[in-house]
Amino acid sequence: MATDAGTLVPPPGERYTGAIITDKIADLVLVRPMHAGYYVGFIVTAAFTLLFIVAITYLFTTGVGIWGVAQPVAWAFALTNFVWWVGIGHAGTFISAFLLLLRQHWRTSVNRFAEAMTIFAVAMAGLMPILHLGRPWFFYWLIPYPDVMNVWPQWRSPLVWDIFAIATYIIVSILFWYMGLIPDLASLRDHARTRGKQVAYGLAALGWRGEARQWHRFETAYLLMGGLATPLVISVHTVVSLDFSFGLVPGWHSTIFPPYFVDGALYSGFAMALVLAVPMRKVFRLEDFITRDHLAKMGTLMLVTGLIVAYSYMVEAFNAYYSTDLYEIAMMRNRYFGPYAPISWSVILCNVLIPQALWSKRLRRNPLALFVLGLVVLLGMWLERFMIIVASLERDFLPSAWHMFYPTFWDLATLAGSLGAFAFLFLMFLRFLPAISMSELRKDVRQETIRAGTHT
Amino acid sequence: MSQVFSPRFALVLRIATVFVLAGIVAAAVVYRVNARGDAPQDDPIEQPIPFSHQHHVRDDGIDCRYCHTSVETSAFAGIPPLATCMTCHAELFNDAPVLAPLREAYAGGKALEWNRVHDLPGFVYFDHSIHIAKGVGCSTCHGAIDRMPLTRRVASLYMQWCLDCHRNPEAVLRPRDQVFNVEWQPPRDQKQRGAQLRQEYGLRSTRELTDCSTCHR
Amino acid sequence: MPPPVTEASGSLAMRARQRFWRSLSEAEGIPDATLPRPIDTRFAPNRRDFMKLMGASIALAGVSGCSHGSLEKIVPYRAGPAEQTYGKPVFYASVLPRDGYGVGVLVETNMGRPTKIEGNPSHPASLGATGVIEQAAVLELWDPDRSQTVKHGGTIATWNDFLAALQAQFDARAGTKGTGLRILTETIASPSLHAQIQSVLERFPRAKWHQWQPLNDDNLHDAAEMVYGRRLDTVCRFDRARIVVAFDGDFLDDAPASIRCALDFATRRHAHAAADARSRLYAFECTPTLTGAAADHRLPIQAADVGAAIAQLARALGATTVDVANVLPDAWIAAIVADLRANRGASIVVAGRRQPPHVHALAHVVNAHLGNVGNTIVHVPPAADDPTNQLASLRDLVEAMNGGAIDALLILGANPVYTAPADLAFASALAKVPFKVHHGLYVDETADRCDWHVPAAHPLECFGDLRAFDGTLALQQPGIAPLYDGKSAHELLAALAGDTTRGNRELVEAYWQRERASDFAAFNDRALREGIVDGSTPEPINVALRGDLAAVLAKATPSQPPRAADDIEIVFVADPRIGDGRHANNAWLQELPKPLSQLAWDNAALIAPALARRYGMENEDIVEIRVGGRRIEVAAWLMPGVPERSITLALGFGRTRAGHVGNGHGVDAYAIRTSDAPWFAGGVAITRTGRKHALACAQTHHAMEGRDIVRTFTLGEAQACTPDECGTPRYRNERTLYETPPTGPYAWAMSIDLSSCIGCGACTIACQAENNIPVVGKAEMRNGREMHWIRVDRYYEGDIADARALFQPVPCMQCEHAPCEVVCPVEASVHDAQGINVQVYNRCVGTRFCSNNCPYKVRRFNFFQYTDDVPGLDSQRNPEVTVRMRGVMEKCNYCLQRITNAKIAADVEGRRLRDGEVVTACQAACPARAIVFGDLADAQSEVNRRKSSPLDYALLAELNTRPRTTYLARVTNPSPALAQSTQQSRRREAPPAGAVDTRPRADR
Repeated sequence: MATDAGTLVPPPGERYTGAIITDKIADLVLVRPMHAGYYVGFIVTAAFTLLFIVAITYLFTTGVGIWGVAQPVAWAFALTNFVWWVGIGHAGTFISAFLLLLRQHWRTSVNRFAEAMTIFAVAMAGLMPILHLGRPWFFYWLIPYPDVMNVWPQWRSPLVWDIFAIATYIIVSILFWYMGLIPDLASLRDHARTRGKQVAYGLAALGWRGEARQWHRFETAYLLMGGLATPLVISVHTVVSLDFSFGLVPGWHSTIFPPYFVDGALYSGFAMALVLAVPMRKVFRLEDFITRDHLAKMGTLMLVTGLIVAYSYMVEAFNAYYSTDLYEIAMMRNRYFGPYAPISWSVILCNVLIPQALWSKRLRRNPLALFVLGLVVLLGMWLERFMIIVASLERDFLPSAWHMFYPTFWDLATLAGSLGAFAFLFLMFLRFLPAISMSELRKDVRQETIRAGTHT
Repeated sequence: MSQVFSPRFALVLRIATVFVLAGIVAAAVVYRVNARGDAPQDDPIEQPIPFSHQHHVRDDGIDCRYCHTSVETSAFAGIPPLATCMTCHAELFNDAPVLAPLREAYAGGKALEWNRVHDLPGFVYFDHSIHIAKGVGCSTCHGAIDRMPLTRRVASLYMQWCLDCHRNPEAVLRPRDQVFNVEWQPPRDQKQRGAQLRQEYGLRSTRELTDCSTCHR
Repeated sequence: MPPPVTEASGSLAMRARQRFWRSLSEAEGIPDATLPRPIDTRFAPNRRDFMKLMGASIALAGVSGCSHGSLEKIVPYRAGPAEQTYGKPVFYASVLPRDGYGVGVLVETNMGRPTKIEGNPSHPASLGATGVIEQAAVLELWDPDRSQTVKHGGTIATWNDFLAALQAQFDARAGTKGTGLRILTETIASPSLHAQIQSVLERFPRAKWHQWQPLNDDNLHDAAEMVYGRRLDTVCRFDRARIVVAFDGDFLDDAPASIRCALDFATRRHAHAAADARSRLYAFECTPTLTGAAADHRLPIQAADVGAAIAQLARALGATTVDVANVLPDAWIAAIVADLRANRGASIVVAGRRQPPHVHALAHVVNAHLGNVGNTIVHVPPAADDPTNQLASLRDLVEAMNGGAIDALLILGANPVYTAPADLAFASALAKVPFKVHHGLYVDETADRCDWHVPAAHPLECFGDLRAFDGTLALQQPGIAPLYDGKSAHELLAALAGDTTRGNRELVEAYWQRERASDFAAFNDRALREGIVDGSTPEPINVALRGDLAAVLAKATPSQPPRAADDIEIVFVADPRIGDGRHANNAWLQELPKPLSQLAWDNAALIAPALARRYGMENEDIVEIRVGGRRIEVAAWLMPGVPERSITLALGFGRTRAGHVGNGHGVDAYAIRTSDAPWFAGGVAITRTGRKHALACAQTHHAMEGRDIVRTFTLGEAQACTPDECGTPRYRNERTLYETPPTGPYAWAMSIDLSSCIGCGACTIACQAENNIPVVGKAEMRNGREMHWIRVDRYYEGDIADARALFQPVPCMQCEHAPCEVVCPVEASVHDAQGINVQVYNRCVGTRFCSNNCPYKVRRFNFFQYTDDVPGLDSQRNPEVTVRMRGVMEKCNYCLQRITNAKIAADVEGRRLRDGEVVTACQAACPARAIVFGDLADAQSEVNRRKSSPLDYALLAELNTRPRTTYLARVTNPSPALAQSTQQSRRREAPPAGAVDTRPRADR
């Protein structure tokens, strides 16, 4: 196996022709056996997925009371998970759509699995608001449709906007992802040796034949979809942030939330991308396709977004005191010196202090380090959402109503379960679909070859 | 190697997909429409005694209030106590087998259990007295009760149906003396008359009539 | 824009705010009420049973939005009831017992089901108001735990079996004239019942009648005997008193007359009361009480010192020469003496039933000395029949039982096995009696040890008659026929007298036919309609002090034995909710937080923070209390206002046979309560056990954090008030992005007077009864999930040593710009044209965003299916109010059902609603008339009048939510002489940091 070359595109020439690329990546899907680690992961994630199902069943049969939510903290884990998962979703779209428009070719190796990550993350996110409803079976009342009651959603509520934002986001993401898949599905169909796989991939490939006409339309449509998806990166988390900044709870009622949340979203998104990419390239021997430079680039992005997050924290604190608002000041004091201070300080540690390590180029090129940093940031971002939601609610205006929140087993089970389900879906994806876009990679290699040729 | 699907077969597949999707949507709609589980509209409800409003109202000409005593004073129009039935049926048809359940119940045996025809959900607070007082006639909601051998529901009782009236009461308001007249039909100039009556009765504004708190607590 | 309240620094509002503590902890380094530790919120089986018992609902059919398949049944009457219209409630005037004395009530019945209790305006003990006990009576009526059948040796038997057994007893003892037959009752204030007891005693001349009830008036009656030579009752008219000095006398909460006392007292306490009419209250007390909280000057002193304290005052007034050590600061005595002398005949010195006779005697002397008798104090013949010393009476009984002299004992209503002083060992004595009969509502601790148990008919199930605290007579009539085969005390006594044929009604009517032979029919009809017997109020009696009073007093008054510096005393108090324990199975009362400690479902040893620090104790530490060789273990709770060397422990808990709800909550204080020290005992030793007991506290933070929440002013400040300074203009800021609220013909609003509110909690429980509010249980309360629509917040002010509690009832504020409405995604929280912020349960999907966005946190969420379908309990529910299901938000809606029904009635008549025609449940119950509800659109309405007061202010007005519910600031009337010192003590506190700018956010 080739050593880990520090390039963003596999070197041209005898070692990587388009055919070899296709074989190598397609074989991951079509040819057994899998790496042992894969099966271990499969069993573990399957178990957690089961836990998720159990938790949800018990929730629906008994009520949200099984969680720690109460007055005044009526929102806690479910909403924290929701915001966190949506955030993770962002990196995918950012990488695939944003970078596509910016003609960042290095995205080729990572966009496919990043998009998959997006879809699964948003799926998890989409579940949470429904789970946290008191009467989840009526969730559709948030959707405008003509009914026998002659009543409509209440349009001033950010929760209604949420429904649209999330739905649009997940639909576009799926379309975008599936479209990019079509040529690869076709090549899988053609490589497949068993009839069953041929039929399955054949159906999925929607009769792609790789004709020039098809390619032409494909390119155009793909670019258009990219253009369509890009604004969503901004819009979705902006809307999510409004769920909070529209409330008058001290700690929520703030104008910096949209940029603050969007950036935090990308931050956690890149972290998750790294956490997935590092083991994946190792287990599937993809070092040549997802190179250290790819990782380094994502590391850099993480550093940048991380700095913006740090800045947001400062602005929040500044605003609280600048406003001279009794309640804002009390909230800020409570956040960093109240009962939830440990959480708030770990947020600072995980999201601000530790990630500064990324200034070091050596670290940015060290997969293991990036993997660990990714985990730290993911933890930090989850705690940040928790801090914003719970610590603000716990002490608002009337001291008589103040009351601590404590998670129950089922809070944790729901969180762990969603993680398990997410990982499980991702493993399924790796097993049945090409983790890297073969068609695009082929194209890039071809261009490289041409460029190399002209040089000689 | 050969293609898995011929272009023709691919086309068939696509068309099939479209139909499947359409079918799912249709099924969903049908389910939604038939979701209501209570007494069906427009077909008679089974009753322990096949009580005929047609006979009592149309043939015998008994006034609604003779049995539904509290309709003008209470939210609940009132189901007549058995004694009321017996005022006549102690003499008339006093051995008719069809009235056996009545006699048994009156003798203190098994209670008589009528099946509710107009069943509103527990969170809807309808009040007969105010509707009567403001000139809404019985037949406006209960239909031609005097032509029902067996009682049935003629209105959907959907919130939509309530709102139609609360948004535009002029369409149904009657002179007070016509409220209990089941034969009453809106005159040609109902629109003007309704408007006058609305003035006269001092109905609340449409905004108030359509407040949630008007019917829900 | 008007200048914001607090910008003018040093404005009254500002100063008012600065007095408040930052927090209990910051003030004294004591943790606030411990924050509950995490609880597994799964339904534990026992909790499940509890829910099954305590809830009932048609909710799933009701709120779930689509009706079920099966057809609903309508069962017609056989012959319609006479006086009732279908679907309209009927009210019956009756009377309920409170410590044995009558409180007149109106029982609301819906289709024959008693569902709600209202006060009877024409009854002297109610005047239309009610207390928590009366409100909770309906739940007790429907309690499935009530004893339902006659029991013999624990197995089900019949009434006839019992009669046979009784007859057998008589036959066996024919001719003994009832030797060895004893009857034990509680306080009896019922002519008919007393007559029946007499007839029993006539049949069995050698039989004896004993009385025992743990909360009795022994001390008062003994004192009367000591002072006037005869046992009589003393009625205080607080509406006539300008100066009130209470020596451990909690007349606002802990007396049969407390409802009336609160009403009278409030007349001189309202924020708008004329300055010269305002009363001033000094309270010396050994445990924090509502009276102390309402006082203008409160001084915590030990129970043992109260006698010396009142003696000191009496001496200073020159009323007596009794000489004991001084315990009160001279400044206080001077101020009080001055006030009392200046208000001769318009003052009251009152002591509580906890205090020994000589204390009451001194109170009598002082009142006589000040010429209060006949003005503010009225003596009437005792309302109770044969007001003997019950402790002595019980002691006789026990001695007789131990002597084996008793072979048949009938216990009517009482539960002595649980309530008798520990040293009497009643249970073991009882075991020596061969034939024991218990008659009561529950199969309780005593019933367990008796051969026969006869279920009692509930007061709402039977006829009878009761005298009120002042002797006024009222007839009792049932709201429903007995649910189970319960028997009234009348029937049981009749059986004893040999009359087994007549029922409860015949017996009572027979008595009155004898009494009022001439006009019985008219009399009975009128009495039942009015709920009171005209002219039955006894004439005040003029009694002269005994000549040898001085000597008697000198003998009775113990010269204070010098106590060791750290001698700790324990004070037993009636639980403010479940009394002596008889209401322990009433979930409404158990879950209603105690006014001062805010604890529910438990009693705790209330100790002063200083004492706690000395012993290194924290909240929820289980401590061992040893007194006179007896010991109990109970959780400790830190309470400001408890004397430093005193422990307060409430009676009534630790029941073992109360029922599913009451069993096993708290600790039984009777275990260390002895007959020689029934109310307080010295020489207490406390030690930590190192274990903890979880307590449910409704409020975990006691300080206002320098926020403008409860405003208090002294009378002087209040008079100098302008709206901009003290109150809040109703609209802080006219500019707004939101649509202005719709205006209909009515604009409902509420005003709550913090000056007259005494924090009793009657509003909370009245609301619970009216609005089908479920009970959630202790575990859920610890989770912060109580459902009360109107809660009574309690904050602290002043030095930790003599902290003053401030009460604030908080219902939904009905904001005109309601933050909850804009965030609800499904229009479940909307405004209607009459200005009510309506919660549409059937539309709610339960996002809980509204609750997060409510700055007052008055919204309540059904985290579980709290109301379950229980046959019996569901019969208590108000048919006019939707029963909420799991997953929906709920909250106060100004008793929308009452408004709507009143409006419909008025519209049918084609007229406009009159002011005061709609009365909310909380307003109706309030014994202090603190709550006024009405129509802002009606310029003449009472609520408008109140809101025009300069003291009117809106809670959190700076948020510009424009609440329809506003408050009248709390006005105190401190003695100018003492004010100085207290002012200084206040100034010592640091001004709150950050109390800078509370302008509406919109203005920034």
